[in-house]
Amino acid sequence: MSDGLVLLQLHEPGETPAPHENEKGAAVGIDLGTTNSVVAIAFEGSVEVLRGADGKALIPSVVHYGDDGSVVVGASAREAILDTPDHVVSSIKRLMGRGIEDVKALAGTMPYAVEPNPEGGMVRLRVAGKVLTPVEISADILRAIKARAEEALLGRHVARAVVTVPAYFDDAARTATKDAARLAEIEVLRLVNEPTAAALAYGLENSVEGLYAVYDLGGGTFDISILKMEKGVFQVKATGGDAVLGGDDIDHAVAEHFLAERAGGLGEQTITAGEAKQALMTARVAKECLTSRADGEWMIEVDGKPSRHALDKAALEALAAPFVDRTIDICRAVVEDSGIAVADIQGVVLVGGSTRMPLVRRRVAEFFGRPPLSDINPDEVVAVGAALQAEALTAGSDTLLLDVTPLSLGIETMGGIVEKVIPRNTPIPVAMAQEFTTYQDGQTAMSIHVVQGEREMVSQNRSLARFVLRGIPPMAAGAGRIRVSFQVDADGLLTVSAREMTTGTEANVAVKPSYGLSEDEMADMLRDSLVNARADMDQRLLTEAVVEARRSVLAVRSALGVDGDLLSADERKAVDAAVAAVEAACAGSDRDAVNVAVEDLEQATKAFAERRMDRGIRQALAGVSVDRLDDALGGE
Amino acid sequence: MNASAVAQLVPCWSCKGPVASRALFCSVCGAVQGPGAIDHFTRLGLRPTFEIDQDELERQYFGFQRRLHPDRFAAKSAKERALSQSQATALNEAYETLKDPLKRSAYLLSLLDHPVDLTACGTINDPVLLMEQMEKREAIAEADTPDAITRLSAEADTEVLACQCHISAAFAAGDLDEAAHLTIRLKYLVKLADEARTRKTRMTRAMR
Ligand SMILES: Nc1ncnc2c1ncn2[C@@H]1O[C@H](COP(=O)(O)OP(=O)(O)O)[C@@H](O)[C@H]1O
Ligand SMILES: [Mg+2]
Ligand SMILES: [Zn+2]
Repeated sequence: MSDGLVLLQLHEPGETPAPHENEKGAAVGIDLGTTNSVVAIAFEGSVEVLRGADGKALIPSVVHYGDDGSVVVGASAREAILDTPDHVVSSIKRLMGRGIEDVKALAGTMPYAVEPNPEGGMVRLRVAGKVLTPVEISADILRAIKARAEEALLGRHVARAVVTVPAYFDDAARTATKDAARLAEIEVLRLVNEPTAAALAYGLENSVEGLYAVYDLGGGTFDISILKMEKGVFQVKATGGDAVLGGDDIDHAVAEHFLAERAGGLGEQTITAGEAKQALMTARVAKECLTSRADGEWMIEVDGKPSRHALDKAALEALAAPFVDRTIDICRAVVEDSGIAVADIQGVVLVGGSTRMPLVRRRVAEFFGRPPLSDINPDEVVAVGAALQAEALTAGSDTLLLDVTPLSLGIETMGGIVEKVIPRNTPIPVAMAQEFTTYQDGQTAMSIHVVQGEREMVSQNRSLARFVLRGIPPMAAGAGRIRVSFQVDADGLLTVSAREMTTGTEANVAVKPSYGLSEDEMADMLRDSLVNARADMDQRLLTEAVVEARRSVLAVRSALGVDGDLLSADERKAVDAAVAAVEAACAGSDRDAVNVAVEDLEQATKAFAERRMDRGIRQALAGVSVDRLDDALGGE
Repeated sequence: MNASAVAQLVPCWSCKGPVASRALFCSVCGAVQGPGAIDHFTRLGLRPTFEIDQDELERQYFGFQRRLHPDRFAAKSAKERALSQSQATALNEAYETLKDPLKRSAYLLSLLDHPVDLTACGTINDPVLLMEQMEKREAIAEADTPDAITRLSAEADTEVLACQCHISAAFAAGDLDEAAHLTIRLKYLVKLADEARTRKTRMTRAMR
């Protein structure tokens, strides 16, 4: 694929294993939300949302860590916030792939206990005496989702999933999500953007065509995507959003309001973490109540000190308005970016719990000039789309998702200015390269800083990684040409490779992801969390080898079908024997045996392959065209 | 067929038999092939002309992606997944280039051995164009009412469309020098239209 040395690959190549046959267990769709998670499964196009014993689809994305080492996820963890706030983590998705500076304080109090890390990098939290990264906490949520799915599927093994991410997630957050799945022993078939998954579910179920907008406002993230839907094709035209804007922010604003009232009423100066967490919970209850009621009164009681807080719809909307305004500003920018007129958008699909707020519905209707479509369940539609895509990837389908990069990717140049290499809203997968020249005589190293974002200055964008190219042969300034290639795959994940062009030297590099986990850290975590990490890895490699071996056998069989007459009876016997040996090896569990058998098969068919090429050339010379149009489109 | 037909036969990486170098799939074993070095028009099954039907472009693009996108190969071997990713990447590049009139025109000129350099930023060699650009940029910067900027923005959009028509005519007449000249002009007109639109958005937002 890439011609240079791979410098930044936030995932090792062998780590996205081939999805396997059905023996590998069920493939589900997971909406791993900031506030709530949902899991669903599709069979022949119809989807079942997997519910818990309580009949509910939503699993609160909240984890309780007990002093005894127990881990509890869901509704009961959320209830524990009142009694043991320092043992509970919620909204961890906001910190995926983020640094300490991204942790938002509430009234001067951190809702999380942050563990200082002098090296920077991804934030670490102290919970119940343990230090945990957001990746590990998300992995705990994913394990609970997996357990729910296996229970609902009566004990069927669940090992593969399409996991959704906000469209506006940057590379660090996407990578962190994939790492979390890996820790939870879930093979990610594909990361799909949440609005795209929602469009897929909505579009397929209602067989709509034309241009649609998906407005997704959840607890922690906001996404807006504009898609063209046409006969099973879902083409994202433009996307935008804010990875840290959602219902949580409205809760924060209401909580700040309550805490100010409380401090005034009780004459208190300082606010404890317990008070902050309780104020947040009360704020959320009040906010959700006011969706269907005009006013109400709520009580916060901490350490036996109660305070009462009245709030009505108008007051809530005044507190919420700045956040809703922001979403509308983003909608306007994305519509403009797409070059599409608002009037040409045929419908707006609402996704996410916060779109239940009347204020949100009003503002969306106002901006798009039409009432939004609400004949879908905004809580479940993303998981439904993910489940459909999981089935499409494992069982095959005709639908096609064509997505884009949400944020521009670039490189730092002189003066801290960003040089864009891949602009936002470019369809993925995509590969682009940029050349840089050395700027000093005899320069043998060059440091490269990869950033993501739209702003002109590096400091205003998100840093993804830094690496140093070494071993550039000394040349005059400007003579060394370094070609840096960016590649974004269908998961939206970036790989960077580089090569010096005048001499073709591949340079040595050291990569430091800015907010990711290094391979060593991942390895440690895998070791800690998986008793059977080794066995798991071996199993994946074996499966990959078997998939490859079966492909070889099929290829040889097809060749024998058309050109079998090129072999004598004895030669044919030898080839058949080699094929049988591969098949026998595939039935076993020895990866080396499989690989050896495949190599033997290659040897056994070498002469056959040469004769086939000769025949092809002879036929071409004789005037049989092999370059017909249907050949080009594939003549299977 | 002649010798060139022979040169176009390559061994299929999977079954090792002969396959046309342009084939997307091997007709014997069905394995997906690499994208190969073909031009963007050929890749999308279109004739190499400046005038293209946007609907047809999308239809062709969707049709090829349906067959080649990595989602179709999720259950296949690592090599097939990698090839499908390269194919889909090549299709996206072709689609992005041909969809945009400016990129399409520049690309077509380079195919016809008449390249224009659009990356040489800033410097305008043509004094008439330079003068015109400076005047218009100034007018946009000085527009101080929403009405004024809306009018300028509409004018800029009209000029972009007009220039595209002239490019089309130049290609049709086989006048590549003129097409190249107009393509450079189009680049600046597009930039101007973008600037006008940005200023218009900013001004109308400030009014609210
Ligand atoms: N009835 C309601 N009125 C207002 N907000 C609501 C209502 N129901 C849920 N929400 C809000 O929706 C958000 C959760 O939405 P969800 O789509 O589950 O989020 P996420 O995708 O981030 O997990 C929370 O902020 C919650 O307070
Ligand atoms: Mg959501
Ligand atoms: Zn073949």
